[in-house]
Amino acid sequence: MNLALDGLTIVAVSAGAFFFFAGTVGLLRFPDTLSRLHALTKADNLGLGLVVLGLLPRAEGPFGALKLIAVWLFALLAGATVTQLIARTARRGAPLA
Amino acid sequence: MTIALAFDIGLAVLVLGLASWTIATREAFAAVVGFVAYGLLLALVWVRLAAPDVALTEAAIGSGVTGGLLLGASTRLRRTETPPAGEKPGRTLRLAAVVLCALVSAGLAAIVLLLPEPGPTLAPQAAANIAATGLGNPVTAVLMAYRAIDTLLETVVLLLALLGIWSLAPDRVWGGSPGLRHHADPDGVLTFAAQLLVPVGMLVGIHIFWVGSDAPGGEFQGATILAAMWILATMAGLVDAPPVSRRWLRLLLVAGPAVFLAIGLAGYAMAGAFLAYPAPYAKLLILTIEIPVTLSIATTLALLVAGPPERAPQQ
Repeated sequence: MNLALDGLTIVAVSAGAFFFFAGTVGLLRFPDTLSRLHALTKADNLGLGLVVLGLLPRAEGPFGALKLIAVWLFALLAGATVTQLIARTARRGAPLA
Repeated sequence: MTIALAFDIGLAVLVLGLASWTIATREAFAAVVGFVAYGLLLALVWVRLAAPDVALTEAAIGSGVTGGLLLGASTRLRRTETPPAGEKPGRTLRLAAVVLCALVSAGLAAIVLLLPEPGPTLAPQAAANIAATGLGNPVTAVLMAYRAIDTLLETVVLLLALLGIWSLAPDRVWGGSPGLRHHADPDGVLTFAAQLLVPVGMLVGIHIFWVGSDAPGGEFQGATILAAMWILATMAGLVDAPPVSRRWLRLLLVAGPAVFLAIGLAGYAMAGAFLAYPAPYAKLLILTIEIPVTLSIATTLALLVAGPPERAPQQ
């Protein structure tokens, strides 16, 4: 059982790290604001989600696990909101300084 | 090489690299973004040094509030970004700055390297006397009992900073509201996020303040979160910034330092010294100080970010 949980942690956290890496590469390499935002949200949603999933078996009790999930949900909410606001400003053609 | 050591070395390299980039970058806005990221990395460094209280404060105040203030400043300064050629510092001045910075860095490095081993510490005494304060978190015991005078002065300094910002207001808008009225789409994403996040954020802020007596947290960190929630609600147009001449606002701002000072003076009568607490009531008195102080700090920080009054007071 412990081996399976350790395996889950290693696989999920590694996959999460991969999405963070891919998101960063996209942020640096994609040509325009909207595509860069698209790449960035992959790191927030999937990357952080997988890292949290991997850390769940290591959380201190059910409350610790709930806190981890809450962190992910808040990051999702903040990420989605800010992405929308930046994308709207970019589409209006305002200078993105 | 263990994985923790590899992480620490990577972190140190990142912090140094980001710090150099923040100094070297030409644009004020980019430098502020670099500074915020630098603050968050520094918070990770504090976690690695087993100082979660400092990490929380660094993330909330060092990176969050200061970052917000600097962002506002860089937006206002954008028009003056490129100084005329005559205002650029000459070679001698730049050389003098380099020499001065190098001397300060060398002095700091020498002090750190020449520290006695083991370093002088008051930690055992702080831990030995913590029972008398009724607190479980030694950092809070230092802030609210052993060195309460520093915390009292900090709350007063924050208030003075706000007065400094308010004094920038022109006479005709004096007593009015800070900043522009934010109008957001009532069905928009920002309004939705604010409605969802503000109640939860306020709960988290109060929680961080409350657990501060026994765990990492405290009034400054909790107050920063409360202030951030108020700023978010203003940005989403859910509430408007109150005119700075409001009596309740002024009372809220001075309540913390005033209660702190009053209990400090009462210490003469109750325990024979300024800011001394009689042992059986120490925890109760500390809480009586902390609650208004948290509210005052939260209000002060939010108004610091909101800036000087810009709208004439309505009759």
